[in-house]
Amino acid sequence: MLNRRSFLSAGLGVGAMAALAGCSGSDNATASAAEGSGKVYYLNFKPEQDEQWQELAEIYTKETGTEVTVLTAASGQYETTLKSEMAKTNAPTLFQVNGPVGLASWEQYCYDLDGSDVVNALTSDSYELHGSDDKIKGVAYVVETYGLIANTDLLEKAGYKAEDITSFAELKKVAEDITARKDELGFAAFTSAGMDGSSDWRFKTHLANLPIYYEYQADGIDSTDAIKGTYLDNYRQIWDLYINNATCEPSILSTKTGDDAVADFVTEKAAFYQNGTWAYADVEDLGADKLKMLPIYIGVDGEENQGLCTGSENYWCVNGKASEEDIKATLDFINWCVTSDEGKNAMAGAEGAMPSGADGMGFVIPFEGAPESANPFVEQDAAYTADGKTPVDWCFSTMPSEEWKNGVGSALTTYAANQTDDEWNKVVAAFVDGWATEYAAANN
Amino acid sequence: MEKAIKRWWPVFVLPTFAAFCIGFIAPFIMGLGLSFCDFTTVADATFTGIDNYVKAFSDTVFQHAFWYTALFAVASLVVINVVAFAFALALTKKLRGTNIFRTVFFMPNLIGGIVLGYIWQLIFNGVLAQYSTSINLNEWYGFAGLIILVAWQQIGYMMIIYIAGLQSIPGDVLEAAEIDGAGSWRRLFSVTIPMMMPSITICMFLSLTNGFKLFDQNLSLTAGEPAKMSELLALNIYNTFYGRTGWEGVGQAKAVIFFLLVVAIGLIQLRATRSKEVQA
Repeated sequence: MLNRRSFLSAGLGVGAMAALAGCSGSDNATASAAEGSGKVYYLNFKPEQDEQWQELAEIYTKETGTEVTVLTAASGQYETTLKSEMAKTNAPTLFQVNGPVGLASWEQYCYDLDGSDVVNALTSDSYELHGSDDKIKGVAYVVETYGLIANTDLLEKAGYKAEDITSFAELKKVAEDITARKDELGFAAFTSAGMDGSSDWRFKTHLANLPIYYEYQADGIDSTDAIKGTYLDNYRQIWDLYINNATCEPSILSTKTGDDAVADFVTEKAAFYQNGTWAYADVEDLGADKLKMLPIYIGVDGEENQGLCTGSENYWCVNGKASEEDIKATLDFINWCVTSDEGKNAMAGAEGAMPSGADGMGFVIPFEGAPESANPFVEQDAAYTADGKTPVDWCFSTMPSEEWKNGVGSALTTYAANQTDDEWNKVVAAFVDGWATEYAAANN
Repeated sequence: MEKAIKRWWPVFVLPTFAAFCIGFIAPFIMGLGLSFCDFTTVADATFTGIDNYVKAFSDTVFQHAFWYTALFAVASLVVINVVAFAFALALTKKLRGTNIFRTVFFMPNLIGGIVLGYIWQLIFNGVLAQYSTSINLNEWYGFAGLIILVAWQQIGYMMIIYIAGLQSIPGDVLEAAEIDGAGSWRRLFSVTIPMMMPSITICMFLSLTNGFKLFDQNLSLTAGEPAKMSELLALNIYNTFYGRTGWEGVGQAKAVIFFLLVVAIGLIQLRATRSKEVQA
């Protein structure tokens, strides 16, 4: 997350960066024009992996002569950057959307990927993203998992085992007991549930996924134009648990950042930290044997069979408005990334996986023959699935708009400072009514 | 000399003029056109008539942002100009260290708005934490916070303009007033302020339009929290543009409305204060 923060400041110069990239792009174009083939321009979403993509692009250019430009958008600035880049003559040939809602705004730019090599390399067709005409418009290139990361050492100090927590009731018992003995133990149950922009997505998006998932399950649907909010009481109880058993007072959550929560966790001031596989690098200093990712239980019947939340919000799309050669070059490039040894190692490898000796991207990639991930959270996720637990889908990609998430986020913050039924009703209103209005606003 | 200028004027004018066209005129005309379109990228739009304007006007958050911004602009205008004028008066008296004070008061103006917003957020939240609350929880905390922030940032700048104005008032006029028996308040209101009207016009124009256009400070201090209640117009436009699929055009329409509003208010204010300007 530190990395993301520093990119935020760089975001102010995104225009300038884009201009620079544009210039260097045209310089290289003359150099490799002899090849006479297309070019690849990848607008990368993940600032954490920028270096690896740059290196991979260089290797590919060296091997094939195809010029590959990678530009990384600053954290939180992807849509902004994409909108301005796509309006240029040299638009990105490869970009990404976050799921069905993101696809809705870019669908007319997406090349149909049906039958392409990269689609054939996928391990399951659930990683395809279909457009309104049912053609494949995007492929997930990274699968991620989130849950409640527990520090088993601290739990043992408090007299509990992570394995024993298999329901909301258990979690509540443990958390409230830790809070009761907070001074004696010297740590709290949860890290701060920060509602600063660097951290609020963990709750307004990721935690909100659970009530949505269970409602979709109960109704047998996978998206909706009007959420009913069947499981919002569960949402309230988990949120109450998070904020009232944390390292800080619930009233100051709006000022707490993602870094604050990481700091609470790595300095062992809290036993639980809700985040995903991508956060492993932030907490690995605690030692892999101390870290266990638990499912986020919200008190729904049958939740003892619930696994971690696993899915993708990173879908590659190829710009269908690019020239034929560029499209072909782009398809070749992504296919190389997920099928060649260099590409697979770079994307899925961890320490020292890059040819230069730098760390790999550490992704779990849903492609045939991908190397095993060294991330312990990924292994734990596989273990849950092998144990017969059902992974929770990422339904948050069906949330109607950013506005909706922001509305829920502010209501949660206000509620945290003043935990009354009235304030909770505002969360419900933002969740249920907000969904209907935002859906209508974005789809008329 | 004059002949050379007549001959070579394009060399001096054209680069700036070209930059102005590319950086201002062209995007402005494009933006005007796009406000009547549905688009994802600016180069690829379909005409939809006044649909965007209908949506913009029926957006209740936009209406709230409008009143909130108007109130903010007026409040910041009064605070900034009264305090800046007072500082200017004090620092044109024969006191020790006036130059140091002028420099110090001017300095906040050299810091960027985003940075200021984050710094003041820390300060306000540090204080508000004593009372178990924070600036994001109440729209009026955010309002007060923004006023304090822009006052701190802009008072020094306006003060410099006022100091220049004060120094250009001929001493003999004031002396004559004093001999005629005018007290210091009388001299201030009947001589100094009327003579200062050109400076007041420019300072009021700057602080009023700055108040309406405020963006960075709003974004970094409160980001519109709670629930968009402290969102000023410029931030509302930005959020509309990027917040929902298919609402880019509505954001653009709001931007056009915003432009017309700021121009109209700026012109009215200029006319109102210009009419009060006097010659010595």
